[in-house]
Amino acid sequence: MFDFIVSYYNYWVFIGLMMVGFYAMMAKRNLIKKIIGMNIFQSAIIFFYISTSVKKGGVTVPILEHGHAAHAADGLEHGAHAVDIMQYANPLPHVLMLTAIVVMVATLGVALAVAIMIYRRYNTLEEDEIIKLLRRG
Amino acid sequence: MTGQLPMLIVVIPLISAFLCPLIGLWRKDACYYWLILALSACAVGSIDTLVTVIYGGTIHYHLGGWAPPFGIEYVVDHLNGMMLVIISVISLAVAIYSKRSIEEELPEKVVYFYTAFLLQVTGFLGIVITGDLFNLYVFLEIASLAGYALIAIGEDGAPLASFRYIVMGTIGACFYLLGVGYIYVSTGSLNMADVHQILPQLYRSKVIITAVSFLLAGLAVKMALFPVHVWLPDAYTKAPSAASALIAPLMTKISLYVMIRLLFTVFKPSLSIELLPVADIMVWAGVIAILGGAIMALAQTDFKRMLCYIVVAEVGYIVGGVGLANATAMKGAILHILNDAVMTVGLFTVAGIVVYKTGRHDLSDCKDLFKKMPFTMAAFVVVALSIIGVPPTCGFFSKWYLIHGAVIAKHWAFLAALLLSSLISVILFFRIIEIGYAFRPSHGWHSGGGHAAAIDEAPLSMLIPTIAIAIAIILIGLYNQTILSNIIAPAVPVL
Repeated sequence: MFDFIVSYYNYWVFIGLMMVGFYAMMAKRNLIKKIIGMNIFQSAIIFFYISTSVKKGGVTVPILEHGHAAHAADGLEHGAHAVDIMQYANPLPHVLMLTAIVVMVATLGVALAVAIMIYRRYNTLEEDEIIKLLRRG
Repeated sequence: MTGQLPMLIVVIPLISAFLCPLIGLWRKDACYYWLILALSACAVGSIDTLVTVIYGGTIHYHLGGWAPPFGIEYVVDHLNGMMLVIISVISLAVAIYSKRSIEEELPEKVVYFYTAFLLQVTGFLGIVITGDLFNLYVFLEIASLAGYALIAIGEDGAPLASFRYIVMGTIGACFYLLGVGYIYVSTGSLNMADVHQILPQLYRSKVIITAVSFLLAGLAVKMALFPVHVWLPDAYTKAPSAASALIAPLMTKISLYVMIRLLFTVFKPSLSIELLPVADIMVWAGVIAILGGAIMALAQTDFKRMLCYIVVAEVGYIVGGVGLANATAMKGAILHILNDAVMTVGLFTVAGIVVYKTGRHDLSDCKDLFKKMPFTMAAFVVVALSIIGVPPTCGFFSKWYLIHGAVIAKHWAFLAALLLSSLISVILFFRIIEIGYAFRPSHGWHSGGGHAAAIDEAPLSMLIPTIAIAIAIILIGLYNQTILSNIIAPAVPVL
């Protein structure tokens, strides 16, 4: 049981972070705190993707050692085969997360812009106070 | 050129969106014509694509010439060919309709409104056309972000409604992303067809069960399935009329399309029907959504808010219909996606005209409207009859297939919910018709006062799309067999 927890510690961190973000989004009444919660929630998913691509023990970046130099002498073409997949971390989740980060930054931007709009109109960022103001008409 | 059409359908509104502010610098009113031009091109392209699919079968478009599963692939089959036409034609109708209403409601923000409008349509078309799970997430967020912006510029209270939608929508999108992550971890692929090939050996693994749960939970938020619909009524009630006419019919229907795509193209139907109780849960979720939506609609005194709860109930029809998992109910559910998109846009365009003329959207504002704007209200009656399900309007036929499907599946609770909600729709719409005809003249004439004299028929740019939608509802009803046999029958997955 203890081994199970320790060997998957990255996923436990991811679950923990995700729940912290989820709690902040649901339970906090302040709009900025909700936005911070949203950001933590999204970051947790980025950590999840990145940690799935990790390999341990002597792995490197594919462009550093893709074998041009090492195999040029053997007369092999372009060394295309020379990349050993066990030697590098899977780059695809990283690329996906670059896109996801862009999407999340855009979401953050829109959320902050709407928060500014709310503040200008009601002079507060507490959700219950805004609802009180809206009810009054 | 025609070979590039699937790409152009998405690229045209995207590029037009970025050029829109530049054109706005030159002349503000040119933006409107730019929008119409871009969306017309899109509509022609989508219709052409659908015709190609009907005669020539599924289209595969490889972006940048990279073959799947390495590259991103756009796939157009009967189901999303139909969705492309629905999206582009409805957005064109709403675009034509939007001119006067936006000039009235948001005189300073016309340019940015149209930019967000085009981005919204780009997102919708992209979600539907893509054959890649991650690409779908990106387009889902493009559509949602544009939607948040369009809703936030509405009337008082709209920014808060939009903010709540952002929070809920982000949770939905993140759950979807997490589900895609689990699928990627277990298959190493993101291409829908490829995942379909690889997954069956893994159906018993817990990772896949988790993935299915996250994907469907995320989409349930986006489609406003009953218990998680809370963001929808506020957001769509307070959005500008043109924005709610664009988003309300399309966003929910597109999430439903994604759900169908996931359950039947990405996973095999046997997963959701035999291995996991997904189908059963969906039928019950549908029953709850139909009853919840209909009853909540009955309790509203605000016209637009009532329409929002009708949208919530209609989502239940389709979710339940898919969950019944037989060919007849599926046919009904897919036909209902088409019908409901057209009916909802009809309702919201009429609501927009009422807002444009009276400045408010309470039910009591509909007083005497039948006398003052006969054509608008005639269109409204057609839409209302279609929602109730009176032949020959299109709503009857999809409801008929859904009911038939419920009988085949022997699911009496769903059948009862369908019939009950039709009865509730009768009450809902006859209440409006009663107010509209003002059967109590003493109450109607005196409180109307001087303001009432200003209300007359809507301007032509608003009236023509509304009436066109009403005619479309009748035409879809009359030609439903043609649509069913040519488009929907091939789109129904083999169960």
